[in-house]
Amino acid sequence: MPDTLLDIRGVSKAFPGVQANDDVSFRISAGEVHALLGENGAGKSTLVKIVYGVMRPDAGLMTLHGKPFAPQKPSEARARGIGMVFQHFSLFEALTVAENIALGIAPDLARDDLRSRIVDVSRRYGLELDPDRLVGELSVGQRQRVEIVRCLLQNPQLVIMDEPTSVLTPQEVEVLFETLCQLATEGCSILYISHKLEEIRVLCDHATILRGGKVVATCTPKEETAKSLAEMMIGETLTPPVKGSAAFGEIRLSINRLSMVADKQFGVDLADISLDVRAGEIVGIGGVAGNGQTRLMAALIGETLVDAADMIVLDGRPVGGLPPEGRRRAGMCFVPEERLGHAAVPEMSLVENAILSARVRKNLSHKGFLNLRTAARYASDIVDRFSVKTAGVNHAARSLSGGNLQKYVVGREIMQAPTVLIAAQPTWGVDAGAAAFIHDALMQLASDGAAVLVISQDLDELFAISDRIAVIANGRLSEAALVADLTIEEIGLRMGGQAHDRKAFHA
Amino acid sequence: MLRIVPRREPSRTMQILTPILAVVLTILAGLVLFALLGKDPFRAIYIIFFQPLTSTYALAELTVKATPLVLIGIGLAMGFRAGVWNIGGEGQFVMGALAGGSVALALHGSDGFWILPMMCVAGALGGMVWAAIPAFLRTRFNANEILTSLMLVYVAILLLSVLVHGPLRDPEGQNFPESRLFGDMMTLPVLIESTRAHVGFVVALIAIVVAWLFLQRHILGFQIKVQGQASQAARFAGYSEKRIIWLCLLTSGGLAGLAGTFEAAGPVGQLVPGLPVGYGFTAIIVAFLGRLHPFGVLLGGLVMALTYIGGEAAQIAMSLPSATTRVFQGMLLFFLLAMDLLVNERIRWVPRPKSERAMG
Amino acid sequence: MDLVVNILLGIIVAATPLVFAAIGELVVEKSGVLNLGVEGMMIVGAIAGFSVTLESGNYLIGIVSAILAGALMALLFGFLTQTLLANQVATGLALTMFGLGLAALWGQSYSGKTADKFPKLDIPLLSDLPVVGKLVFGQDYLVYLSVALVLAVSWFFRKTRGGLIIRAIGENHEAAHAIGYPVVFYRYLALLFGGGCAGLGGAYLSVVQTPFWAEDMTAGRGWIALALVVFAAWRPGRALLGAYLFGGITILQLHSQGFGVKIEAQYLSMLPYLATIMVLVMISSDRMKVKLNAPACLAQSFRAAT
Repeated sequence: MPDTLLDIRGVSKAFPGVQANDDVSFRISAGEVHALLGENGAGKSTLVKIVYGVMRPDAGLMTLHGKPFAPQKPSEARARGIGMVFQHFSLFEALTVAENIALGIAPDLARDDLRSRIVDVSRRYGLELDPDRLVGELSVGQRQRVEIVRCLLQNPQLVIMDEPTSVLTPQEVEVLFETLCQLATEGCSILYISHKLEEIRVLCDHATILRGGKVVATCTPKEETAKSLAEMMIGETLTPPVKGSAAFGEIRLSINRLSMVADKQFGVDLADISLDVRAGEIVGIGGVAGNGQTRLMAALIGETLVDAADMIVLDGRPVGGLPPEGRRRAGMCFVPEERLGHAAVPEMSLVENAILSARVRKNLSHKGFLNLRTAARYASDIVDRFSVKTAGVNHAARSLSGGNLQKYVVGREIMQAPTVLIAAQPTWGVDAGAAAFIHDALMQLASDGAAVLVISQDLDELFAISDRIAVIANGRLSEAALVADLTIEEIGLRMGGQAHDRKAFHA
Repeated sequence: MLRIVPRREPSRTMQILTPILAVVLTILAGLVLFALLGKDPFRAIYIIFFQPLTSTYALAELTVKATPLVLIGIGLAMGFRAGVWNIGGEGQFVMGALAGGSVALALHGSDGFWILPMMCVAGALGGMVWAAIPAFLRTRFNANEILTSLMLVYVAILLLSVLVHGPLRDPEGQNFPESRLFGDMMTLPVLIESTRAHVGFVVALIAIVVAWLFLQRHILGFQIKVQGQASQAARFAGYSEKRIIWLCLLTSGGLAGLAGTFEAAGPVGQLVPGLPVGYGFTAIIVAFLGRLHPFGVLLGGLVMALTYIGGEAAQIAMSLPSATTRVFQGMLLFFLLAMDLLVNERIRWVPRPKSERAMG
Repeated sequence: MDLVVNILLGIIVAATPLVFAAIGELVVEKSGVLNLGVEGMMIVGAIAGFSVTLESGNYLIGIVSAILAGALMALLFGFLTQTLLANQVATGLALTMFGLGLAALWGQSYSGKTADKFPKLDIPLLSDLPVVGKLVFGQDYLVYLSVALVLAVSWFFRKTRGGLIIRAIGENHEAAHAIGYPVVFYRYLALLFGGGCAGLGGAYLSVVQTPFWAEDMTAGRGWIALALVVFAAWRPGRALLGAYLFGGITILQLHSQGFGVKIEAQYLSMLPYLATIMVLVMISSDRMKVKLNAPACLAQSFRAAT
């Protein structure tokens, strides 16, 4: 057995109502790329936060190089040679790259020559960075570089990468993997967290698989198939969704040369976006986060009104000038990306949350007064048909698990029988069972004759359910192409290309 | 060590229990405060909190003080629910008194049952106009309504002072800065003989019921709650933030203005520079004490009225400083806010892990 | 010439309490906390400074007491908002109401009393120079302290790691926590500084500027200081400028009466409040700019999952 770098023994951690880690044990050798594989909510993030000193375990021991290791805070973990690249970056948009890096390393490392060392390290690993740029101006991929460079400046022995590829284009993923391999050959270990099976097969030497907070298997990924890994991760066999025949009707939703300026400092302007979605069709919009998806969604919902009514046309009728309720009345429904706080009010009951977006189409009010009984019946119907696990419709939205709340939100919109449904990240952060359920429901809606538009960063999802896919990059939308005519590589080029060109001009 | 652990849902029990706990804690803290001041603490607490409940006259006074507190408190509570922080109730109260009072003074000598309703309408409008300024500045210029509404309190009080020193001064008075006394048709009918309890309290009770219906059952009330709890969800639903801001400020301004007219046309009976005694600010506490719920506001208003009356009685009986009431009210709000934690969180004893160090 | 010097002197004296209170609140807001209780901390500082100065006969002890009193009030605010996660807006209002009441109670027996004149810098020759002598070398010590404090805060944010950390915490407290900064601890520190400054500002009012004690004598200055922070776009230098601007308005009000302008005193007294509204309107109407400068986490509670 090679030198053990980090040994984790019996680590447990509980939160109210959930055992995030339950007696987790595994070890990482020096120079090894070790995968921590598991579904959303399997306890991966909690475990790495314990290793990095952000959280403390309720029970269990860790040793690093054979010596006890119990970091009380991240700076202790860093001092012992552990670095971390967060999934949701721990960066400050209003500060420069150099300031961000200075904040994340020991004070004695953040001396005057920091800028030149940033440039050195970023060159050596092929991660070009300008230390004086504001982080808010960087693309998502560049932001990840800031985190990686910050990590590398401390000469770490173990780098933790939490879902690093979820925000990258396929081409950026390749560059990242080269960097990681270079690091591993230099003797640095990598703890790689992901639920993407192919990457783990390509990159990792060993894998520990978590389910429900427990270690359920360890394996050598190169000897497994994606299917066998998936079964270990999910614990059951899932049948992939089956698409119906491609017989589409007339155009239901038409977006015509939609342009809109950004509403915040580091936002993206939408430029000249055009797209048609026909009855019975699911069109996907792929793209890396932060390329205008949020703004596009706001424009489609009507949270921000577009300049001309005919930029958005529903069944031949311009609706761009209508507020959200008017669009709903006309037949559009929406599933925004953020469940808590956007699609649903966390403190309000499921009944009240039904009123939030279904009032108009479901007659949940009469002459301005709420029809609470009808609303409660509608909420119960959603719970039944979308098998939402809840103690009752009078409980607060925030008391539901992510997957169940998402099913409720999607159900609330689908059961209004819209002619057009627009959903952003419909399965973001939900478990595989709920995701499959939601995908089925979306496809069923389309086959019933609705036009469905799905905005998602998850290419696997788009390939699984879409008929055509377009890509948004830097506020511009590519032509939508039939899924059968597309490869992941082509999509990746569209996702990356334009966005990076623009950033380069700025530099 | 003690840990704060979030609840999965707000606790209904705690929502009702916390204001009561806060009052109890305030009384306990009051005992300490009075002991420090060298007064008999138990006698002081008895005089402030219990004695007023023992006589009809004091009970009637209770409604007199509670009327403006409740009226203003309802409006503020509505706004606070939407995240609209109108803290200029005092200014709107003054403007309402000025508007209603001006009508009374302009019609001096006339007679008619219509005068009083007209004063009330004018008073409500006066408060609304004053509240419309922060509403306009917020919706048009994005100016923070907390600061603008508060600044307008000072302006309103100065304006009242100018006017009763000048144009509205009683021409038959000896140059005192006060207006004429309002005529009989211009003062509020008294509910109970030989007390000051007036019909304003009935109006406040009606306002409570209407506000409750509005908040619980009407779509606009629903919009207010969504706006306050999740503004992004309000945009998703399609609720206009500007409309909600206008609605909240105009309603609370109108109610405060009405309260001002009631005060001038009720217990005071004229316009004087000392008309504003802080009801507009105390109503903020009332709103929180009532958990921003209309029925709660009624109870909160009565409790705060009690501290006013009891405080006055204690001033006389025990020569307690008048500022004691203000300290009391401040403490009550502190305890309330501190107790609020229990609604959304629970306090748990967690064994301290080994080698745990203090961290911020 | 003397009149100009007198007006300028008056402006400086009127502005100094605002400088203290605003610079303190600026640091607090930079750390992501909105403490609306400045008025309450100021008034408690005012009575603490005044009463202790009077009792001890020592200005230094009086001023230090005022700073401590303001900081204690801020500690109370910190406990409620940072530890017990109470709503910051409501707690700030509570702090103001409590402070006004507490100060009134404390100051009962001091009403109408006056203190001696606060010592001024007096450098032979220099202080006797015409115009500049009085303006530059003849102020009381606290005026110099106020300017020094602004410079120090400006330097702190631009040049020191501590300043960088405070900015980072106000910008994104989740990220700051993730990389290991104790968010709540730093916010307590910022609050204590802000409270101390507000207390000092209050003491300047009661011990130096007037010098006497009157109930509610801060008369909204704490709120004006809050508006100044917005006006300053969270930049220390501009806060100083804004404070002097308001000092100017206050003095204008005093002197216009001296010039025999025929207008009721109350209208003139409205000026600072109306000016505050005007300033807020001018600054806030550019939403993008406010968003750009305001700390992104302002007034949000932070709870670490541990």
